[in-house]
Amino acid sequence: MTALLSSASAPLDQPFVQHALLAGTGIAAASGLVGHFLVLRAQIFTADALSHVAFTGAMGALAFGYDLRTGLLVATVGIALLFGTLGRKARADDVVIGSVFSWVLGLGAFFITLYTTSRSTANGTAGVSVLFGSIFGLSAGKASSAALVAAGICLLMVLIARPLLFTTLDEAVAAARGVPVRTLGFGFLAVTGVCAAEATQAVGSLLLLGLLAAPAGAAARLTDRPYRALALSAILAVLAMWAGLAASYAVPKMPPSFAIMAAATAVYAATFLIRRPTADRRLRRRTASAGT
Amino acid sequence: MLPAEPVAGPVWSWNLLTDVQEMWSFPFMVNAFRAGAIVAVVSAVMGYFVVLRRQTFAAHTVSTVAFPGAAGAVLLGFSAVYGYFSLCVAAAVIIAAIGWRGGGGGSGGADESALTGTVQAFLLASGFLFIALYKGLLGGPQTILFGTFLGITTSQVNVLLGVGAVVLAALALIGRPLLFASVDPQVAAARGVPVRALSVIFLVLLGAATAEAGQITGTLLVFALMVIPAATAQTVTGRPGAGLTLAVLLALAATWLGLTTAYYWPYPLGFFVTSYSFAGYLLARSGRALHTRLGRTAAPLLNKEATA
Repeated sequence: MTALLSSASAPLDQPFVQHALLAGTGIAAASGLVGHFLVLRAQIFTADALSHVAFTGAMGALAFGYDLRTGLLVATVGIALLFGTLGRKARADDVVIGSVFSWVLGLGAFFITLYTTSRSTANGTAGVSVLFGSIFGLSAGKASSAALVAAGICLLMVLIARPLLFTTLDEAVAAARGVPVRTLGFGFLAVTGVCAAEATQAVGSLLLLGLLAAPAGAAARLTDRPYRALALSAILAVLAMWAGLAASYAVPKMPPSFAIMAAATAVYAATFLIRRPTADRRLRRRTASAGT
Repeated sequence: MLPAEPVAGPVWSWNLLTDVQEMWSFPFMVNAFRAGAIVAVVSAVMGYFVVLRRQTFAAHTVSTVAFPGAAGAVLLGFSAVYGYFSLCVAAAVIIAAIGWRGGGGGSGGADESALTGTVQAFLLASGFLFIALYKGLLGGPQTILFGTFLGITTSQVNVLLGVGAVVLAALALIGRPLLFASVDPQVAAARGVPVRALSVIFLVLLGAATAEAGQITGTLLVFALMVIPAATAQTVTGRPGAGLTLAVLLALAATWLGLTTAYYWPYPLGFFVTSYSFAGYLLARSGRALHTRLGRTAAPLLNKEATA
């Protein structure tokens, strides 16, 4: 019994697991909250574009010798605000987004070559770890700053949740009631950018879309109430993160990013099994209200 | 990838004829130009319909799926070509099966776009797992992701040509009803055009075309060759015939210019191809903005003259 207990608590004694848990929990909660609104506002493609832009930002910072996180933040927030100005009502057209981000991605390919060929201290795996993340490689300082930023994002999302929800559901009425629709749209895009930059450090730029989309999509399937869905999305994201970290610790051959994505996808797939009752209930409620 | 030192590489001499002669004296460069031409034509034509139907997110997901396809095939010991084709077409069928339409807009679009995003992230993660398990991939995942034009064999060019011809022939057969269904699906459905069947066929063709292009440009940049020339063409002209021709010409120009530049400069092909096409897009957009601004100031003058 004691042997079992000690072996169970052993992973938590490892500093790299503690850092991963600290940063991972914060990032997952922030991604869950932001993702919920991305799904509601149908801006998943914007998040997809931002995740690819994050790669270019990180590689550009590495190629020119800056801190990786500076590049991530500048690229994601800058491009997020650019998308806001390109489209009407702070929402860009899909074709414009596609054209811009595929070029930015090409720029990323240029930076990665510049980095691997010109810098003598270059390590060849930097590109791979930016693309696919390395959550077990976070240092104590990076992990705590990531957790702090993530906590800030969470707080901000909770504060603007109500007006943002109003704007999302009925933009015209919200604008008429004096809600600053445009500022909110820009602010939300900027927060999404910061969140993408943070999540890149955990699961990598190619995979952060799963952390944004899967828990939020699952929560939207489970409940119709917006606040409950918002909380559920954050909880599911954190659970997926913990399950992924645990699975990857248990099976070292499995990269943590894959384990986290697999857990998130499994949660989303599970909601398909229990979807029927909610749809029925919704239909029944609608027919009942139509009858009265 | 070529070495970074310019000493080792060929030197650009401003004498275009000798430059091209020297470049084409290498069989691998000739093959690269042939393959690039096929890929550019096929993806520009497919991309025109993608942009018209606002299915950019679907196209992007199908193209990223080629990465786990290639990585998985290599892990299992098959040729990467089979992985590209099987997984791209499979992903296209899945997206068609869940009935995902349009660019995430509309009331039902949010749920489906979350699904598409989840599928894309999970498959990319699987690709990463395959690479982590295989370990022996030359140059890491970056060759699959960002493409290479070195070492394209003649038999590969023949396969590309065959698949490209089939895709274009199928598209020519369904082109007219597809155009009708893309521009106005409701009226097309009312006139008896099988809108849903057409969208499934289109997505399968898209899968085949992406799988083909992805082998040259890399899975992350296929999307550029598909969307940017088509978006540029649709900015310039609204006519389908002229737009298709323009998109093909732009894609061809971007690919061949990109190949030439990548031959002289040791940087990735994908960067040059995307930069040239994006420059064209920016030119078209600013030209159009200028045109409307001039049009706005000129029109009242004309009216005044007419009334005077």
